[in-house]
Amino acid sequence: MAMNSTLEWTDTALLREVERRSGTPVSACFQCHKCSSGCPVGPEMDLLSSQIMRLINLGAKDEVLESEAIWACASCQACTTRCPMGIDIAAVMDTLRMMAVESRAGARRSRGRQFNKAFLTSVRWQGRVFEFGMMALYKLISRDLFSDMDKVPKMLAKRKLSFWPKFARGAGEVRKVFKRAEEEEKKR
Amino acid sequence: MTKASSTSSTSSTRKYAFFPGCSLESTAWDFDKSTRALCRALDIELTDIPDWVCCGSTPAHSSNASLAVALPVLNLQKAQAAGFSEVLTACASCYARLRTANYAVRNDPIERERAERITEKPYDGSVQVRHILDVLINDVGVREIRKRVKTRLDGLKVASYYGCLLSRPPEVVAFDDAEHPTCMDELVKAAGAEAVDWPFKTECCGASLSITKSDMVNRMSFRILSMAHQAGAECIVVACPLCQINLDFRQADAKKNRGDLPDIPVLYITQFLGLALGLDLEALGLDALTISPAALVSR
Repeated sequence: MAMNSTLEWTDTALLREVERRSGTPVSACFQCHKCSSGCPVGPEMDLLSSQIMRLINLGAKDEVLESEAIWACASCQACTTRCPMGIDIAAVMDTLRMMAVESRAGARRSRGRQFNKAFLTSVRWQGRVFEFGMMALYKLISRDLFSDMDKVPKMLAKRKLSFWPKFARGAGEVRKVFKRAEEEEKKR
Repeated sequence: MTKASSTSSTSSTRKYAFFPGCSLESTAWDFDKSTRALCRALDIELTDIPDWVCCGSTPAHSSNASLAVALPVLNLQKAQAAGFSEVLTACASCYARLRTANYAVRNDPIERERAERITEKPYDGSVQVRHILDVLINDVGVREIRKRVKTRLDGLKVASYYGCLLSRPPEVVAFDDAEHPTCMDELVKAAGAEAVDWPFKTECCGASLSITKSDMVNRMSFRILSMAHQAGAECIVVACPLCQINLDFRQADAKKNRGDLPDIPVLYITQFLGLALGLDLEALGLDALTISPAALVSR
């Protein structure tokens, strides 16, 4: 882009990577802010979704990947449903979470990342989520030991939690699926 | 095993493969129980997908795009191998993940090949994924349900809360309007109750962020609960295990330091319809609810 301007937006690497991996045209964003206005977690975000779209176009990788906003996103799809340019913004958020984990050591300390890890570890070994084991693992890796502890007796009383792990009979197959999916993910 | 044009008949049994999902085995066992009880009462035969495994839910699509398609595909292949062409789910998240994987496989040959490599089995995306609400409205029909109502819940004001994943994104799920769904309202009215008009039908509750960002989710839940209350609702009906746990089990946390709201019972639509159809209370798992619906039942 040859322009006689102090602003040289030549770093399109981030835009290209996000568009390729999310399969959606982030460059089509014209800043109507419809995604941000309807975002249920907008008030809790350090960057609004429309700002994230802009920053991707500007190549501001660190700002985007270090934002807390990508972990506050609840994947509710309101933005994706409403975008007049058909940008799958929720898919962009998925891509950014993956890129943050790959490129930034700090992302591993994100509670969102730690929860995902505990959840998927449970699925990988049991084939299904074993809630008690998953929560115990989450508490260990996040060191968030005390939150929700008051809920445990209540959950047990309501039979919503069991101490006994259950193994799906398809668990062995699931472990192989995880392994192959990780290999496929590297090839993308 | 196909359902083959049974839509208009009322006497024949409808058959679906059932994908319960992990929540229905634990935190939402009452959704599981009431779904099965309601289906039995409506001549719907559910057969669990043999050896089903987790759909991956939000952690999979946030972490590994290949896994997020492969896990649902693995389950759809199992349903197909068992001879089913339709899978029914009750959990909104499982429903969205299964539909999303199907959409990817049908529309993107690269995604299909990748999923087939990972699962080491062919899959063409042809198994239909249906939500219990879709089946109740479009296969059983409101008229049929109304005919079977034994205990009319006249005068009861109910807020239908759909949450995010039952209606979004519309290209993928598409059995009701994305911004203003009405299927649950129709079922509520079929039971004789009043479906209140309110603006937060599809507002997100924060789902599993209740574990990692509980303050945020408590604020979101409080907004939804207070809006339902302002609209005059005496109870809320839901069709998602995460909506239910955030609005009911965590209701006390949501209200703490935020304002005065009465206790609002939050029932699964299957429990609600089960009450109207006069099903055994024990079979509906009402004792799993944190806020007792006793006041509604004894009216």
